[in-house]
Amino acid sequence: MIDTIGIILICIGIAFDFLGVLGLVRLPDVYNRLQAATKCVTFGSMGILLGVIVMQGFTSFGFKALIGIVFIILAAPTAAHAVARAAHRSKIPLAKISVVDKYEEDKELKEETLKEEVKV
Amino acid sequence: MKILKWTIGLIIFAAFFYFNFFIYEGELMLQLINVILFSSLLVLIRVIIGPTAADRIVSVDILGILIIGLTALLSLYYDESFFLDVGLIWALLSLIATLAFSKVLEGRQLDD
Amino acid sequence: METKTKSRIIVFVFALLVWFALTDIKNYQEVLIGIAISLLITFLAGHFLITTEKSQHPVKRVIHFLFYILKFFWEMIKANLEVAYLVIHPMLPIKPGIVKIKTKLTKDSAITVLSNSITLTPGTLTIDINEQKKELYIHWINVKTQDIDEATEEIGNRFEKTLTEVFE
Repeated sequence: MIDTIGIILICIGIAFDFLGVLGLVRLPDVYNRLQAATKCVTFGSMGILLGVIVMQGFTSFGFKALIGIVFIILAAPTAAHAVARAAHRSKIPLAKISVVDKYEEDKELKEETLKEEVKV
Repeated sequence: MKILKWTIGLIIFAAFFYFNFFIYEGELMLQLINVILFSSLLVLIRVIIGPTAADRIVSVDILGILIIGLTALLSLYYDESFFLDVGLIWALLSLIATLAFSKVLEGRQLDD
Repeated sequence: METKTKSRIIVFVFALLVWFALTDIKNYQEVLIGIAISLLITFLAGHFLITTEKSQHPVKRVIHFLFYILKFFWEMIKANLEVAYLVIHPMLPIKPGIVKIKTKLTKDSAITVLSNSITLTPGTLTIDINEQKKELYIHWINVKTQDIDEATEEIGNRFEKTLTEVFE
C-alpha cells in the first residue's frame, strides 16, 4: 500500500518534469521558458522526493530528501529571478507577441533622472 | 513548415514512449529513470540551439534540478542513500554557477 | 537578549540539526565534529539570519506560517496544472508582458518570501524590485490587466495578509 502511494507520487513528479522540459523547448522567449521550466521542474522534483520519503519513512533517505525539498524550494525561484533580471538588463528582447513592458519604460525614466542628478 | 516540425516531434516522442514502456523489459524504476534521461536530452537540445546566452544558463540551471530527481530514483533502485548526497551537492553547485553566470551576463564584476 | 546573539543561537541549532539529518550517528566523534563545524558556521555567518525584531508572538507566527504553507501548496498545484495545459495546447495561447504591482510589506525577509511565492504560483515571475517605491516588476504569462491596482489585487493580495502576520 505505502509502496503504491510512493510510486504514484513519483510518477506524477516525472510527468511534471517532462512537461516542464517540453515547455523549455516549445515556448517562444527566455522569460516564458523560465516560467514553465522553473515551476514544473521544481514541482516534479518535489514529487519524486516526497515519494522517496513516503516509501522509505524517516530513515537517512527520508531526512536527506526533506533537506532536498527545502533546498529546491528556496533555490529555484532565486536562480530564476537572477537570470530574468540579468537577461532584461543585458537587453534580451521579449517575444513579439508580448503586450506590455513596464520595466523597460521605468528603466529609461530611471536613467534620465540619474543623468540629471550627475549634471547638477 | 510548422506541420513538419509537429510530425517529427510527435513521431520521436511516440517512438520513445513505445520503446520504453512496451518493448524494453526492465523494472518499472528503470523505465522511469529512462524518462528523466530523455528529458535531460531535451534540455541539452535547448543548450545547443538556444539563441541567446540566457537560454543556455536557464537550461543548465534546470538540468541541476532534474538531477536531484534522478539521483533520488537511483538511490531507491540501488538502496543506497549516498546518491541523495550527490544530488544535493550537484544542486548547490548548479545554483552557485547560475548566480555567477547571471552576474557576468548583467555586466558586473564579481566583487560588486 | 540582543538580536545578534539570538540569531547566532538559532543558526547553531539549525546547523546541528542538518548535520544530524545528513549523517548516521555511530559514535561520539561524529557528534563532536558536527558541533565544531556548527560553531565555525555560527561565527562566520550567524548574524545574517535575524536582523530586526518582530512584534507578533512566536507561537502565533508559527501557526500562521503553517497555514501559509498549506495555501502555498494549493496555489502551486494550480500553477502547475495551468502551465501543463499551456504547454500541451497546440496553439500556445499565451499573451506575455511585464506589469508592476505594489506591496505594503516593509521587512526584507517578507519581501523575499513574497517574491519567491509569486515566482512559484500561476503564470507569474518576479523580475526586479524598486526599493524606494515598494514596487515589484512581474512577468505575467497571460496578461489580464495593465493597471497597477488591479494587478496588485490579482497577484499580490493572495499572500500579503498572511505574510504580514508572519513576518512583520
